Amino acid sequence: MLLRYLSQIGKYFLMWKEIFSKQTKWSVMRGLIFKEIDDLIIDSLGIVAFISFFVGGVVSIQTALNLNNPLIPKTLIGYATRESVILEFAPTFISVIMAGKMGSFITSSIGSMRVTEQIDALEVMGVNSLNYLVFPKLIAVLLYPFVIGISMFLGVFGGYIAAVYGGFGASSDFIDGLQINFEPFHVTYAFIKTFIFGILLASIPAFHGYYMKGGALEVGKASTVAFVWTSVLIILVNYILTQLLLT
Amino acid sequence: MIEIKNIEKSFGETKILKGVSTIFEAGKTNLIIGQSGSGKTVLLKSLLGIHTPEVGTISFDGRIYSDLNSDEKRELRTEIGMLFQGSALFDSMTVSENVGFPLKMFTNDNKKKIQERVDFVLERVALVGAHNKLPSEISGGMQKRVAIARAIVNNPKYLFCDEPNSGLDPNTATLIDNLIREITEEYNITTVINTHDMNSVMEIGEKIVFLKNGLKEWEGTKEEIFRTDNEAVVDFVYSSNLFKKVREAYLKE
Ligand SMILES: Nc1ncnc2c1ncn2[C@@H]1O[C@H](COP(=O)(O)OP(=O)(O)OP(=O)(O)O)[C@@H](O)[C@H]1O
Ligand SMILES: [Mg+2]
Repeated sequence: MLLRYLSQIGKYFLMWKEIFSKQTKWSVMRGLIFKEIDDLIIDSLGIVAFISFFVGGVVSIQTALNLNNPLIPKTLIGYATRESVILEFAPTFISVIMAGKMGSFITSSIGSMRVTEQIDALEVMGVNSLNYLVFPKLIAVLLYPFVIGISMFLGVFGGYIAAVYGGFGASSDFIDGLQINFEPFHVTYAFIKTFIFGILLASIPAFHGYYMKGGALEVGKASTVAFVWTSVLIILVNYILTQLLLT
Repeated sequence: MIEIKNIEKSFGETKILKGVSTIFEAGKTNLIIGQSGSGKTVLLKSLLGIHTPEVGTISFDGRIYSDLNSDEKRELRTEIGMLFQGSALFDSMTVSENVGFPLKMFTNDNKKKIQERVDFVLERVALVGAHNKLPSEISGGMQKRVAIARAIVNNPKYLFCDEPNSGLDPNTATLIDNLIREITEEYNITTVINTHDMNSVMEIGEKIVFLKNGLKEWEGTKEEIFRTDNEAVVDFVYSSNLFKKVREAYLKE
């Protein structure tokens, strides 16, 4: 059991080496990168925007409802929304959702190419199939922090709308709250996390798709397994990075 | 010329190939025949390097596959055309894009030149008017022809076909067989074909290797296959009454 995990981990790192060996020619790769940016990044914006706006709103309302003590200033609503959205909700929570959306898309698209021998066909032609299939995805997820940036903005904005238009606090209180104890390093920390989560989001599902065996049924199973592993790793890495960077 | 020596391949505990040796010559259509499950596809994929045999060597005109480094392997592979049993077309690309793919990847030809070559090979496999369709929008037989076109577009030195005419109507099947034989002769390609189709055996079997339970049971030409008294071959090849009669007639002559 342990041995099997270790050998999987070894295989995962060997995959990285292979991805960067023998590059596909640039004129072809450029097109692939644009396609992946479209599929992985642009396609995710809608759902991320939707979730961020409403969850930001909910965070703000929850905070407001817990402020029963008149000694606690209303500015806390803005402050709490900012902190929870930027530190955890946008980078981590959205990434776990993306492990479902982006991850299952990656596993199933590569996995179905595996079962229909399309990957063999690439290899037989002399194409480095890992480079061809995975490299453009890794480049595309370099834009993932941009998605999370939008999520942060919309989360806070959703919080603002909910607080002000829900009658929980004045606009100026919320905006003052956003500026209390602002630590620029928290934003840096959030983007460092996001960057690493992006790499995990592309590489782990790709690994599960690429090395799967079997038929159409197994493609579905591989997607599920990939989702579980990606989210588990995101949560673990989140813990480790928080420990390393914030304490 | 491809020479294989004593190759063995297992999956887990089960040994699929149990020491197969033979020579496939250039400019000839070499056929591998045998029952379903006898290891034909595994043998072909071992030639391609998709499967790695545990024992034995495979040499491509003197280049021993297992001795090559990974760049040399990729180089060799650009000289190979392969037709997979399930066609293996890229389903996100149109017919034209599929066929032109090896050219786009490995030549510096411009779009126009690629398109001309694509049109030329598509016409050779008698497929016109499907250029802009996706593989999911054409029939299985058409997919097969697209796959053949893709396999030959780059003028390969070695051509491997896994059941090129299964699932095709007799007309198209013959057309494909003849096409493969023609280009094999024309460009002096080393062609290896897996088949269960006895028509192909009789038509284009310049060298036939009969596999049984992972072993080479028999080899010879289409003329010799009529005369052989190897029981396993006779059982397999002449299982249909029609071919039995053909054989009797042939032997009487
Ligand atoms: N990747 C694999 N893993 C495990 N076993 C395999 C694998 N590929 C093939 N086999 C086994 O090897 C045996 C031979 O399979 P192969 O596909 O070579 O048969 P075949 O002669 O091509 O048959 P068919 O004419 O039906 O295509 C089968 O018993 C099959 O189960
Ligand atoms: Mg087969």
